[in-house]
Amino acid sequence: MTTLESTRLSETVRASRRRGRFARKQELTAWLFLAPAIVILTAFMLYPMVQAAYLSLTDYNLIRAAEWVGFDNYIELLQDPAFWNAFWNTVLYAVVVTPITVGLSLALALFLNRQFVGRAFVRTAIFLPFIVSLGIIAIAWTFLLDPNIGLLSYWLAQIGVVTEQGLLSDPNTAMGAVMFVGVWKFVGFYMVMYLAGLQSIPEELYEAARLDGAGAWQRFRNVTLPLLSNQTLLVSVLALIATLQAFDQIYVMTRGGPFFKTETIVMLIYREGFQELRFGYGAAISIVLLIFVFLLSMIQYGYFRRKQVRY
Amino acid sequence: MTVTLVNETVQPDEHRGSAQSKRSRRSGSIVSTYSIWKWLTVIAGIVIALAMLLPVLWMAFTAFKPETDIVTYPPTLWPREVTFENFAEVWERIPFAQLYLNTIIFAGSVTLISLLFDSMAAYALARLEFRGSGVVLVLILLLLMIPFQVTLIPLYDMLNGIGLTNTLPGLIIPRMTNAFGIFFLRQFFLSLPRDLEEAARVDGASEWRIYWGVIMPLAKPALLTLGLFHFQYNWNDLLWPLIMSADVESATLPAGLALFMGQHVVEYGLLMAGALLALLPVIVFFLVIQRSFVAGIATTGLK
Repeated sequence: MTTLESTRLSETVRASRRRGRFARKQELTAWLFLAPAIVILTAFMLYPMVQAAYLSLTDYNLIRAAEWVGFDNYIELLQDPAFWNAFWNTVLYAVVVTPITVGLSLALALFLNRQFVGRAFVRTAIFLPFIVSLGIIAIAWTFLLDPNIGLLSYWLAQIGVVTEQGLLSDPNTAMGAVMFVGVWKFVGFYMVMYLAGLQSIPEELYEAARLDGAGAWQRFRNVTLPLLSNQTLLVSVLALIATLQAFDQIYVMTRGGPFFKTETIVMLIYREGFQELRFGYGAAISIVLLIFVFLLSMIQYGYFRRKQVRY
Repeated sequence: MTVTLVNETVQPDEHRGSAQSKRSRRSGSIVSTYSIWKWLTVIAGIVIALAMLLPVLWMAFTAFKPETDIVTYPPTLWPREVTFENFAEVWERIPFAQLYLNTIIFAGSVTLISLLFDSMAAYALARLEFRGSGVVLVLILLLLMIPFQVTLIPLYDMLNGIGLTNTLPGLIIPRMTNAFGIFFLRQFFLSLPRDLEEAARVDGASEWRIYWGVIMPLAKPALLTLGLFHFQYNWNDLLWPLIMSADVESATLPAGLALFMGQHVVEYGLLMAGALLALLPVIVFFLVIQRSFVAGIATTGLK
């Protein structure tokens, strides 16, 4: 710093100059700090997204150069039974798995919020599925459900649930099986969010409710549940978005079968895009997925903005 | 907000418990009712835990079963005969060492590079004043809402065009930063006190030194949590390595095992040994730092 030079300037001018130079320097520094992130996000996230929208209006297929087809892909989509099959499978998966996951994670959180011997072990066991690879552990689930040598199939047969082809090959049960694994995978994650919420509820509120003669159910209904409404909204939206993107266990356990009974939207994108190599058509399907997830995320964002019920 | 899951605060149930035990001094029967209730809770807990762990236990025990035991009806959880054959064979039948190495390099470098770039961007957004910061933040929030599957086809096409498919750089480069990571760290940086860095700034420290020497050490818990998020997410990811690798050799563990399973469905002993070895690092890693990881998840939902 050239302090000697600046002593000649009056106090105020000096101060404002320094502030100006400082602000300009900080501005440059800020962009330098942001540069790697901005370059990567633009090149590998924003640009591909715009490109997906463009490709969805072409008949690009990796071998042939892209040719503009307007909304043909979307028109084909609306008439494609495979798309509607995947669409309704995804909706079914979402509307079954989301409420079960949310309800079960709340129940487990309430259960684990009490003190008992071995609680830490139980919590770890419930959370463990979330940290292991769904794609890998789904191999174990497939094996467990093998009709001939699978342990779970054997146990189910003992209690009278018999399927000759096995749960994963039976068109009536395959979806149920991959849904079950989907719930199993994520329930521990949402449970942790609920546990955090439960622990932030002040004990005095329960005291007060108890003094008013509220029973266990009433305390749950009128104290716990309302004060967990933030968690419930967040968990529901997160769970719903996750279910719309279901892929891993389905790919490993059924590959979308039997008879496309478990083919979800992401499975269809994979099949059209990377097996049939119809990039344009696959892009159109992924744009549909984008719209759904985006709308749901807006709800979530609205929640973040609106923020907290305070007590 | 800090959330401790193994908390020592008094729970509603404990109150009921102590009230009951006070009463129980007067009548013996309530003691037994109370302890039966307590034991039922413990038993229910263990049953739930074992049910959740069933696939992991099945995988672990099956990995030690010889082929003859695996195909014997009825199946048993516990091996009737123990062998280490599967663990020896998995390295020969599947390019397992290669898969392992690929996965370590992929998940490891994505985690480290992303932590660096995420935290740099987060520092700028949380601590530096510049025109356009609002726009950048909104953009990052928008990117958070995009399902990455939408970018799959164009991204594959782009990387294929420059010859990066089937390569580790192709897997790694698009993941070198992460909108969630930036947002997560920005929130954490905002919660840090400003005194230390102001002092450093007055002393004439550069922004880089403040970021690296003051903020980053303070952010260790958040960095650890995010690091584990990145690590387990990429270690576990199936779809991205699956589309990026044309053969088993260039895949990661989840994609490689899934591809192998597609070709050799019935070799369960081998697959289970491979799966167990593939899951082990993440499980061990998690058990070691589970508290901060779990607390990190809890806070993301609340912050």
